[in-house]
Amino acid sequence: MASPDKNAVLSVEHLTMRFGGLTAISDLSFDAYPGEITALIGPNGAGKTTVFNCITGFYKPTEGRIAFKHPDGKEFLLERMDDFKIAQNAKVARTFQNIRLFSGMTVLENLMVAQHNKLMLASGYTVGGILGLGGFRRAEKAAIELAKSWLEKVRLIDRADDPAGDLPYGDQRRLEIARAMCTGPSLLCLDEPAAGLNPRESEELNKLLKAIRTENDVAILLIEHDMSVVMGISDHIVVLDYGQKISDGDPASVKSDPAVIRAYLGVEDEEEDAIAAKAIAEALGDQS
Amino acid sequence: MTAQDVSTLKAKPIDFGAVAKDLLGTAVVAMLILVPIISHKSVITQYSLVLETRWPTIAIIMAVLLSVRLAMHLFVWNRAPKPVAARSAGATKVTWTDTVAPYVLPVMIVLAILLPILAGGERRPIDLGIYILTYIMLAWGLNVVVGLAGLLDLGYVAFYAVGAYAYALLSTVYFPYWFGDGIVPWAFYITLPLAGLLAALWGVILGFPVLRLRGDYLAIVTLAFGEIIRLVLINWFDFTNGPQGITVPKATFFGLPFTAGEGGFAAFFGIEHNRIYYYIFLYYVILALALLTYYVTNRLRRLPIGRAWEALREDEIACRSLGINTTNTKLTAFAIGAMFGGFAGSFFAARQGFVSPESFVFIESAIILAIVVLGGLGSQLGIVFAAIAIMGAFELFRELNFLEAVLPAGTDPVHFRMLAVGLAMVLMMRFRPRGFVTRRQPTVFLKERKAVSGDLVKEGHG
Repeated sequence: MASPDKNAVLSVEHLTMRFGGLTAISDLSFDAYPGEITALIGPNGAGKTTVFNCITGFYKPTEGRIAFKHPDGKEFLLERMDDFKIAQNAKVARTFQNIRLFSGMTVLENLMVAQHNKLMLASGYTVGGILGLGGFRRAEKAAIELAKSWLEKVRLIDRADDPAGDLPYGDQRRLEIARAMCTGPSLLCLDEPAAGLNPRESEELNKLLKAIRTENDVAILLIEHDMSVVMGISDHIVVLDYGQKISDGDPASVKSDPAVIRAYLGVEDEEEDAIAAKAIAEALGDQS
Repeated sequence: MTAQDVSTLKAKPIDFGAVAKDLLGTAVVAMLILVPIISHKSVITQYSLVLETRWPTIAIIMAVLLSVRLAMHLFVWNRAPKPVAARSAGATKVTWTDTVAPYVLPVMIVLAILLPILAGGERRPIDLGIYILTYIMLAWGLNVVVGLAGLLDLGYVAFYAVGAYAYALLSTVYFPYWFGDGIVPWAFYITLPLAGLLAALWGVILGFPVLRLRGDYLAIVTLAFGEIIRLVLINWFDFTNGPQGITVPKATFFGLPFTAGEGGFAAFFGIEHNRIYYYIFLYYVILALALLTYYVTNRLRRLPIGRAWEALREDEIACRSLGINTTNTKLTAFAIGAMFGGFAGSFFAARQGFVSPESFVFIESAIILAIVVLGGLGSQLGIVFAAIAIMGAFELFRELNFLEAVLPAGTDPVHFRMLAVGLAMVLMMRFRPRGFVTRRQPTVFLKERKAVSGDLVKEGHG
């Protein structure tokens, strides 16, 4: 299917993931490009989050290759890396469908934890930090500045010293995005960022994601059910159904793709019969 | 507030039918418990064993039980419920404890430094001070593992044992063999850092296999580790001298032994020899070690590694998604916790002048863990109070001779100390389940340091 594209930041090639007898994803290939928002949509249980977990290393794919290329030319094969190394070295950041903030830590602390690796290096793996050497203090100040700039972008600067668990739901979603961005990612994977948001909040989210795309050199991969978000901001949509890709293209072409309409709205009885007949014919044809 | 709300706040009328039913139920349950336990007692007479019945005792207990329960019905349980204050969504309110909190620790440190003077030459308070400070130090060490990183470690005493035996074996066997007897007076100072390093090494050795485990499983493996170390100490006779233990040289004042006569501490400073100097010296050594533990762990909490520990307690998966190597983070927590355990163990050996496996039983781990839990939310100050409360209570019970008047004849109040401590723990868990300190202090802030309510802070799951 898709041949690996030279410009793509992420190339998923022939990805298959099986859990025992269940094939959650089968032979999925798609690309994501720098400076673009790629949306991964599909009905419930289509395997979207499984794709995310494969890309971010939380699952090891059964088959296939996930190639990741930095703008500076470094290449990684994500299916071979540990989850934390994917975040640390390949610079892939993610958010979660059910928000995973450090709820007992303050908003600012959440963003400081996100800059752990950078600060660890600056603190001389803790030795310099204990002795109070100057390099660490400078690095910490810079980290706080970065956190502040993200807090301003997601409009949470006034709540910087409040515990993250005390924020309203919509604010927690935005904080999780800010936390992911504080790791300085080249690919940002958002798992249903608009889930549970009201229309005004999802409009705001659209603006935030567009701003992130243009101001930071980052590709965004998005799972979303809210079509106003998907159609409003995506440059490129991949549609999954039962673990298989059924459509891939810009929002307009995906919207009018009959396969997508079938997957989302179901099909008329006669049409279904026709599809079944065609499938049987194909199967018989394969055998002969 | 509407009229309806007000009416619900009024005292409820007493439903005597329900009260009678409840009392009957209480009586039945009480009989089921009391009859098998109390009704009969075996008494050995000169010639035979006879059963003696004790129905009047049961009657008295029942009467007390039912009248207390009736009184509760009449005067307590029918009271109007207090209106529940709405929980503020934002930061918690500043209370007087927050204003006082910053001054508590400095005051306590000053008191701790002055204790030998305040004691006025008495040995008892100094001994108690050494005892409590040792546990404060151990609990501060364990706090890194349990309070910050949220890993439940039930075998902490193993590292204490490693530290103690490191000092015992190095100072009695290996140092004299390697460097000659001249080294022995200095052995304490050389072994102290080595004991810490050895314990940290054992922390890493334990850490590697167990860090895949979480929660209950981790607790069980650490428990087993603690027992393994103790059993090895008992059974590896050639190396550890088994259950007979090892007598170790006492610590010296930088080479000056605390002995009477020529070359001793007293003679060197031209003062009269008194054994109390040795205890005062030990007191200041453990105070310095404890303050070092405090300083280092407090500092670590504000460094990236400390924040990673706390983040690990909050959500391990989120940590991994942010590029934090959780295995290394857990290992450092284990190693640093173990290191302070090793220091304390080495001091313990020097203080006792003798080590044996008996000192490193599971109950020690349990007590140290109880102090950390009672302290609350990884708070170092909370641990000081918890250690004073628990260890102080243990010691208090040794001296409660007046209780003998109340207790049945021939009962030693000491026998009640575990019971009392257990009861105190139950009450504590009922009324302050998250320990003395219920709010977490953030490690970094932009405008003001607002404490995080304990409801939001997670306890970790292994």
